[in-house]
Amino acid sequence: MNVAPDKKPGTVISNLSDSYRLSILIFLILALVPVFARYGAEGFILDLVNRAIILALAAIALDLILGFGGMVSFGHAAFIGIGAYITAIMVTEGFGEALIIFPIVVVVSTLFALITGIICLRTSGVYFIMITLAFGQMLFFAASSLSTYGGDDGLTIWGNVTILGSDIFADDVGIFYISLGFLIAGLFLVQTLVGSRFGRVLRAAKENETRISALGYNVLRVRLTAYVIAGVIAGIAGFLHTSQAEFVSPATMRWQHSGELIIMVALGGMGTRNGTLIGAFAYVLLIQALSDFTQDWKLIFGPLMVLAVLSKNGGIGRFFAYVKGGRNRA
Amino acid sequence: MSTTLFLVQVLNGLQLGVLLFLIAAGLTLVFGVMGFINLAHGVQYMVGAYFAVAFYALTQNFLLTVILASASALLLGLLFEVLIFRHLYDRDHLDHVLATFGIILFLNQATTVLWGPEPLVIPEPDFLSGSIPLVEGLLYPVYRLAIIAVGLAVAGLLWFMVTRTKLGMLVRAGATNLEMVSALGVNIRRLFMLVFGFGAMLAGFAGVLSAPIFSVEPGMGDDILIVAFVVIIVGGIGSIRGAFIAALVIGLVDTLGRSMMTDILKLFMDASAANQIGPALASMLIYVLMAAILFFKPTGLFAPGKTA
Repeated sequence: MNVAPDKKPGTVISNLSDSYRLSILIFLILALVPVFARYGAEGFILDLVNRAIILALAAIALDLILGFGGMVSFGHAAFIGIGAYITAIMVTEGFGEALIIFPIVVVVSTLFALITGIICLRTSGVYFIMITLAFGQMLFFAASSLSTYGGDDGLTIWGNVTILGSDIFADDVGIFYISLGFLIAGLFLVQTLVGSRFGRVLRAAKENETRISALGYNVLRVRLTAYVIAGVIAGIAGFLHTSQAEFVSPATMRWQHSGELIIMVALGGMGTRNGTLIGAFAYVLLIQALSDFTQDWKLIFGPLMVLAVLSKNGGIGRFFAYVKGGRNRA
Repeated sequence: MSTTLFLVQVLNGLQLGVLLFLIAAGLTLVFGVMGFINLAHGVQYMVGAYFAVAFYALTQNFLLTVILASASALLLGLLFEVLIFRHLYDRDHLDHVLATFGIILFLNQATTVLWGPEPLVIPEPDFLSGSIPLVEGLLYPVYRLAIIAVGLAVAGLLWFMVTRTKLGMLVRAGATNLEMVSALGVNIRRLFMLVFGFGAMLAGFAGVLSAPIFSVEPGMGDDILIVAFVVIIVGGIGSIRGAFIAALVIGLVDTLGRSMMTDILKLFMDASAANQIGPALASMLIYVLMAAILFFKPTGLFAPGKTA
């Protein structure tokens, strides 16, 4: 049995006050964005930051299972797609009420996460990566062939999400603060979970599954719970995505999109309080900056990623300072 | 659906199957022996096809193109192995995923810059052009039959190499217990390079073969990579035999599913609903198959037993 080297204990807990203050600072800055956006290209800035907020919410959910739980899910974008498509289809069919859409998104995400989770979590390592990826592709192809709802080209919604008759979702600033509210709630939820008894078992199972099982914990159940919670949060991110962009396409669920979410989590340093948050914003802004610079930004970004992985200690924050478990073999 | 049409679809399925096998063979060996997840294996296939376009423009000779493009794919694979991958074998899966994802982004964009985003194609070679009647009323393109034949021949060759040669013995041993092989004095590094280069060449070769029948475009390797992963997962990682059987099964299931699913559904539901659901269900079929197999056999059908 390959025992992973000890992770620095309590990266989450020991610096609690500092990192807590940083979270609040980040949220304060975000909350002020709409105020200052008025003095610049308001629509563009709000759209960019709002997209980053929604992606950050999905990435935080991924961090729960990837960073804290050690499950490399390559199908996380599928849940964004579920939420996004349910919202788009409901609005198209004339049911734009958020209080109806939201529970459906939560229920469907939960069911999909439960069913796929039970199958995926029977496997581990590369098999887990690949089977989550396959489920993502499955939904991608299913959405591509939904010819009534746009098929390959995606679906533009001609109404908008309302809540109790209010059009707040259609307002750029309104949806911005709604997204921000969900991001704050999502981060709070994930951090509370991670610090709880449940979170300690989840983190411990990442370090040494055998030992945790021997202590009498049902590792599968703990992981499945985390997987479902992460799926539901990503589903909610999908709901926000459609409300904000008023458009959804199968590309939301492509495996490359799941890969981007993994990059965001890894970029900020997995399993830390603010890492994923910073990683997601850094990723969106970096890509915006690179694509302003050149249309072929991937020519720069691709090699940057390779170099960052090769030079283990480079990058932003704790880019690669996570546990090096080594290969799981003799 | 008539018997003739069914036969055509079976042949199409076999052709997809052998192409998948050529890609999956390298993938399963690289993962089985080195424990390395190479997402960039799909772009290796794409690069093979682009090399074919480039060398065909240069030589106007198909056989020469096959040789030159495969050799170039081999060299590119070795270059990546020496510069990047060999430094990552000891890292965890996430590092493999991130680094090879970076390579995908780079190469997809590089091909767009060099050759443009439009699909390209090269003509079939003269000596393999046209169609021949297989049974009465069934014409099938010679080139596609040739792909099936070449694929089967490569599979036979691989089977011989893996089961009957010393190199193959080392590969099998490496997939079972790498430390032991290393302790017995085998130069692991060279073995890795050989396996990696060979796998890259096979993927490139598959790209060359498919250049005359599929459109050559940036990103063409991305989706086939995922299907190749399905193949090696179903077949059991590290098993050439598993990859071969799974590739043919997946190729057949996917092709037949796409052509027959709507008709099958029409037996149970009205035509418009079947037309809606049929294509969606057909494209999900191989993933459902994989999930079902993994549910009962979490390490695939023919995974070589790992010893602790």
